[in-house]
Amino acid sequence: MSDTPIERVAKATPPTVARRIRGLSDRTIAWLFVAPTIFLLLAINIFPLIWTVNLSFTNFRANRPNKEVEYVGLQNYERILTDGDIWLTMQATAHFLFWTLFFQVLIGFTLAWLINRKFRGNDLWTTIIVLPMMLSPAVVGNFWTFLYQPQIGLFNYVVEFFTGIPASSFQMIGDVALAPWSIVIVDTWMWTPFVMLICLAGLRSIPDYIYEAAAIDRASKWRQFWTITIPMVLPFLMLAVLFRGIENFKMFDLVVQLTGGGPGSVTELTSINLKREAFEKWRTGYASAYAIILFVTVFGLASIYVKALNKVKER
Amino acid sequence: MSGYSITEPSLRQKWVAGTLVVAYALITILPLIWILTTGFKSPTDAISYPPKVIFEPSLEGYVNLFTTRTRVSPEALAALPPPATWYEEIVRNRDMVIAGPSRYGERFLNSIIIGFGSTFLSIFLGTLAAYAFSRFKVPLKDDLLFFILSTRMMPPIAVAIPIFLMFRTLGLSDTHLGMILLYTAVNISLAVWLLKGFIDEIPREYEEAALIDGYTRFQAFRKVVLPQAATGIASTAIFCLIFAWNEYAFAVLLTSGTAQTAPPFIPTIIGVGGQDWPAVAAGATLFLLPVMIFTILLRKHLLRGITFGAVRK
Repeated sequence: MSDTPIERVAKATPPTVARRIRGLSDRTIAWLFVAPTIFLLLAINIFPLIWTVNLSFTNFRANRPNKEVEYVGLQNYERILTDGDIWLTMQATAHFLFWTLFFQVLIGFTLAWLINRKFRGNDLWTTIIVLPMMLSPAVVGNFWTFLYQPQIGLFNYVVEFFTGIPASSFQMIGDVALAPWSIVIVDTWMWTPFVMLICLAGLRSIPDYIYEAAAIDRASKWRQFWTITIPMVLPFLMLAVLFRGIENFKMFDLVVQLTGGGPGSVTELTSINLKREAFEKWRTGYASAYAIILFVTVFGLASIYVKALNKVKER
Repeated sequence: MSGYSITEPSLRQKWVAGTLVVAYALITILPLIWILTTGFKSPTDAISYPPKVIFEPSLEGYVNLFTTRTRVSPEALAALPPPATWYEEIVRNRDMVIAGPSRYGERFLNSIIIGFGSTFLSIFLGTLAAYAFSRFKVPLKDDLLFFILSTRMMPPIAVAIPIFLMFRTLGLSDTHLGMILLYTAVNISLAVWLLKGFIDEIPREYEEAALIDGYTRFQAFRKVVLPQAATGIASTAIFCLIFAWNEYAFAVLLTSGTAQTAPPFIPTIIGVGGQDWPAVAAGATLFLLPVMIFTILLRKHLLRGITFGAVRK
């Protein structure tokens, strides 16, 4: 069979050129595919961020758009960093962050470790434990206020049933001492499964032969746990803590529905406080400066943490 | 019969572990069971002490969820023609008449429109971007990927301030389109990350073979890569949908009358003297149950997606 002239040309053309003739070039496709995403993120994430930075130097109030806007320099930042109330909300946030992470890591790791015993039906029970974290925090948080009712609430009744403390004698949400714990309990209930799943992935990534080798070397189970299991799960656990930490620093929906920041302001986390400044007091400029400070804080803490995480991973 | 293994837990270990996990699971779903059952309780049963586990089922909560009612005097009630429907009868028993439908149906529909709209858009844009990041040399690729990811670190309230002003200027506040665009922008970072992972797993050889067979790049993407990535795309879509379905902060700040979704609405269902708990529970049940069923049915993909998405980053 002899080649036709067209076939001869087709064979002589390098494949990349041929592709370009047949359709758009790879470069064009790459840009065409990435551009809409980048545009959307620029319009709805970056542009607003720049706008916030700009607003943070002004005394603008969104409920009085016609009033003349004045630039006040660093005055907003100065006020925030010297405001005692803001330090109180920071303390409330720190309490919430520390204890939710503490309980979620403790319970989440234990559960993962137990599930990894591979008993029958473990995947179904894992799914049931995961259910709370898939649900709407606002809707669930609102219903928890019903469970926390002193006389009729299920939570108080269960506490009475097991400890004998009368159900009507304590108010989880209304009491200044108990309210910070009421939000820790619900958040732990909701998000422990997340830590559990990440730990489970970590446990399952450890190959069996390491344990087999350790057993041949007569290392006790206890020793195996501390020298194999813990170090190998640690990077996963730290990752789970990073995600929960960032999420809980931003916490809004669950807590605003549960306590609304009260009683007084003992559960007023930074996001709730920020919402109050921005959308109730309408101090838009001030709230913008506040938002920037929060963003820088999260970003800074997360970056330091990621550096530490990478060191652990390298070991 | 499996052989003896050092690493296989003993039967006793399995029993102890199983019992503890099942006990935790039962405690953890108690609040959810309480939501389901409270929806079928009468208002008196819902607030009785001690809390009632066995009760006579009532549909009053569901009727109250979907209707608005007005109280009428006993004389006026006696003068009315007998109730035509079972739900009218339930309302009449409380000395009230149905004044009209509640807004729950609308809010639920809004959740569906905004949820599915934003999921579709995130997946559409996300798949394109993920493919480009996975297969081509995009300048500043790592910076772009990090930038896409870092947008998730902003507290929603912080972003809400300028978005609120921007939407007000553009006439997007309290519109479905505005909420769809906003949720897409929030979801797309996760979508690109997850999808890039799934597409990375598809061998390049498949496409190259298709290109040699005379497909254009675009055809190869549509006919070779997309079917291969279908499972990954589906599980990413579920994550986007669940986020949009559950979102509260933006919804409560940026919507009020027309585009409000269910999460800000359900906590505002009130009855006489505070929240109407059976109606709230009924509303919550209808809203949460689809997600629960989804989670149980699709557990394999979902659980893998959660860990995969987190560990990759």
